[in-house]
Amino acid sequence: MAVENVAVAPVDQGFWTRTRKVGAVLVALGLLGAVLFGALATDQQARFTLSEDSAGAALEINGTVGAILFGLVALAAGAAMLAGLPKRWFTLVLGVGLVGFLLSFLCWQVSAAPTGQNFMPLVNVLRGTFVLALPLIFGALAGVLCERSGVVNVAIEGQLLMGAFSGALFGSISGSVWVGLVAAAIGGAFISLLLAVFAIRYLVDQVVMGIVLNLLAVGVTGFLYERLMQTDAESYNSAPRFSNWEIPLLSDIPLLGPVLFRGNIFLYLGLLLVLVIHIALFRTRWGLRTRAVGEHPTAADTLGVKVLRLRYLNVVLAGVVAGIGGASYTLALYSFTKNMIGGKGFIALAALIFGRWSPTGALLAALFFGFADQLATYLSAINSTIPSQFLAMLPYLATILAVAGLVGRVRAPAADGKPYIKG
Amino acid sequence: MEPGEIHALLGENGAGKSTLMNVLYGLYQPDEGEILVDDKPLKLRGPSDAIAAGIGMVHQHFMLVPVFTVAENIALGAEQVRGGVGGFLDRRRARREVADVSARYNLRVDPDAIVEDLPVGIQQRVEIVKALTRDVDLLILDEPTAVLTPQETEELLTVMRSLKAAGKSIVFITHKLGEVKAIADRITVIRRGKTVGTASPEASRDELAALMVGRSVRLTVDKKTAAPGRPVLEVAGLVVDDDRQVRAVDGVDLTVHAGEVLGVAGVQGNGQTELIEAIMGLRPALAGTVTLDGAQTHGWSTKKVLRAGVGYVPEDRSVDGLVKEFTVAENLVLDIYDRPPFGKGLALRPDAIATSAKERIEQFDVRTSSADAPVGTLSGGNQQKVIVARELSRPLKLLIAAQPTRGVDVGSIEFIHSQVIHERDAGTAVMVVSSELDEVIGLADRIAVMYRGRIIGIVGPDTPREEIGLLMAGITPDSGTTGTPAVTESAAPAPEGPGSEDKA
Repeated sequence: MAVENVAVAPVDQGFWTRTRKVGAVLVALGLLGAVLFGALATDQQARFTLSEDSAGAALEINGTVGAILFGLVALAAGAAMLAGLPKRWFTLVLGVGLVGFLLSFLCWQVSAAPTGQNFMPLVNVLRGTFVLALPLIFGALAGVLCERSGVVNVAIEGQLLMGAFSGALFGSISGSVWVGLVAAAIGGAFISLLLAVFAIRYLVDQVVMGIVLNLLAVGVTGFLYERLMQTDAESYNSAPRFSNWEIPLLSDIPLLGPVLFRGNIFLYLGLLLVLVIHIALFRTRWGLRTRAVGEHPTAADTLGVKVLRLRYLNVVLAGVVAGIGGASYTLALYSFTKNMIGGKGFIALAALIFGRWSPTGALLAALFFGFADQLATYLSAINSTIPSQFLAMLPYLATILAVAGLVGRVRAPAADGKPYIKG
Repeated sequence: MEPGEIHALLGENGAGKSTLMNVLYGLYQPDEGEILVDDKPLKLRGPSDAIAAGIGMVHQHFMLVPVFTVAENIALGAEQVRGGVGGFLDRRRARREVADVSARYNLRVDPDAIVEDLPVGIQQRVEIVKALTRDVDLLILDEPTAVLTPQETEELLTVMRSLKAAGKSIVFITHKLGEVKAIADRITVIRRGKTVGTASPEASRDELAALMVGRSVRLTVDKKTAAPGRPVLEVAGLVVDDDRQVRAVDGVDLTVHAGEVLGVAGVQGNGQTELIEAIMGLRPALAGTVTLDGAQTHGWSTKKVLRAGVGYVPEDRSVDGLVKEFTVAENLVLDIYDRPPFGKGLALRPDAIATSAKERIEQFDVRTSSADAPVGTLSGGNQQKVIVARELSRPLKLLIAAQPTRGVDVGSIEFIHSQVIHERDAGTAVMVVSSELDEVIGLADRIAVMYRGRIIGIVGPDTPREEIGLLMAGITPDSGTTGTPAVTESAAPAPEGPGSEDKA
């Protein structure tokens, strides 16, 4: 609730309020969609299939018509904002406008694909979105836990990597996925504990410490991978994997079923954690104290809250969460490889900021990044004229715009990154 | 402390009032001595011990989380929870508790308001409610009126009276005499970390002022009569806000002539700091003009002000005056390191810097092991001499010295004073700001007294110190004085906030 309550400065901004500025951008996007995408789209049908094969039920629309129509939707949303929309409608109308623009773009792309390929398998795309977003969700939640209590967590990358490695190693040795999962949590917590000790006890700059820990994790896991896993992959890098659990009934829901209810334990755990952490942060004593310590540790201290102890606890919990996130690779999808996280920890950090330090916000941001990633893959598969690198760039562009304040003011916990020194 | 008593703790800023109270609240640990509650020694390991012992504190800087609601702030640390292990907050109960206490002591607060949206006076009320929900018997109010408007101050005093009626004891820390006399049962005056006296509220304002400011150092400065020349610094209608956006300087007019020392006296926190910082270009002026030797300095950088021939001895040498890790020699050229002979192009000239440092260490009698010693290793007095040496080594038109001898030994005080007078005799305009009345009287040719952001009077140096003390307490004399009374403010002793009329 702290974040939702960020108030726009009550100063008179003249005609160009934030709503109007965003509206102008939406109008421009809508025009782009209706005119350019409409002109480029072909008369082929654009099919969005709901089942897993191309022949099944699908939503269809003529490419040109769709591109123009959805472009006009975005245009209308922008125009409504320009006309002076009440503030409570802002998020909804913004969402409608952006989705309209996206659909206009997709109508063009899908209809322009070679005949026979002019369909988009929604189930596959959405499932891929969740797969790609999952490590980001865990990573961003680790960031939420840490930073809400006032410790900057740049070490998410290292925590994920150490979790992935420990999960693979101990899962292989024991032959049990559960042992692997616990080991992954401990591995992530180990990196976190180092961060906590140096940041809280020895007051080392938290960003620098995070980067150092990332390098440490890459070095240690890389070394052990070469020495241990590569020489004897059979016994050290062949962890058992969690299978997918189909949830009865729910998994039969069209579209949602296959996407949300036929996943592995990590999908369920990730979504559950978002919910749990969100409720805990805003509804429990622990959450109130955590937020107080992250915003104004001196105030918390004067009321008898143990600032440092709470920070230790939260940083280590963050490591546990990120460690499990790392295991979502090695205990479900792939064998461990050197530096296999490949920067996802930093994207999780971006998701944390984009999601304004709230668990649900982080979830949405992670899904957005995952979707953009998946879309780029899909578009290159249908021989799109748009370079996939360009699409891969878009999420980060969005993050920069978000951080620059275009999508509402982003405010970190006030004491984030500041060590607390008593007296 | 007795039950149901309001005990005022009076003293200058930096006298040690807040430190004492922080020890009492368990935030700092005492080096020596003990605290007695009901004749029993009390060992406080932290604020929770203090709360358990029935001690509550409203800090000078509020201890409220700005993004939390009132109820959340009050609940923090003593949350009502249900649901066992989960520890879910019982918000309804928290809200009800706030409502109960509000009603009982007539302190209206909205439990669901976000604290940062509330005016300062209400935030303070939240702090008081917070302490009261913890069942305190002794409430410490640390400079509670510093940030309040006069109306809010009145309300606070009413609240304090009703708390007293309910049997709570209150320690009221302040440096405002009017409020003390209005509410206190007993007064303790603290100066430089020591109790210098106790008084009853019947004591007169100037008695209290004298106790506060002290006369421990009797200083006589040998000086000839001043020969004032042309005006060098002219300040007109200057208005400046402090860091909290509270009006600190509220329409100051003053002139400093070449060859004279203008002393600015006043209890600290009456706008002196902000006035100087505005002149130096360190703080934006909201209105009014500063004219330096005929040129308006509006929009000038501090560097440009310094280059125009202004010497500046800042009031806090460790923060603003010196780079402690740098050597004495480096600190001596901080202002002109980029000018010949010390710098050329991108390079420094270490030889020139060393030579000049040696000369000035000798000339200003800086006691240091070498010119290459880090300046932080020097004693306070010698650090101050380094600053004075640096500032006086340029040709000056104006010297501004703020608290030039704070925390400085007697020998260095004399030396610094003689340097200031020497500079005056050389035809420089000098402005000395000090909260030590003796220093101002000793150095100044004219004394301007600042009170609540205004110059409440300008008097001559032979004015009786009692009279100046009264001015410092905000009381303007009815009879004429030897100086030029530039008094426009009402003579009413009622506490009036600076810029109260500007507030909506």
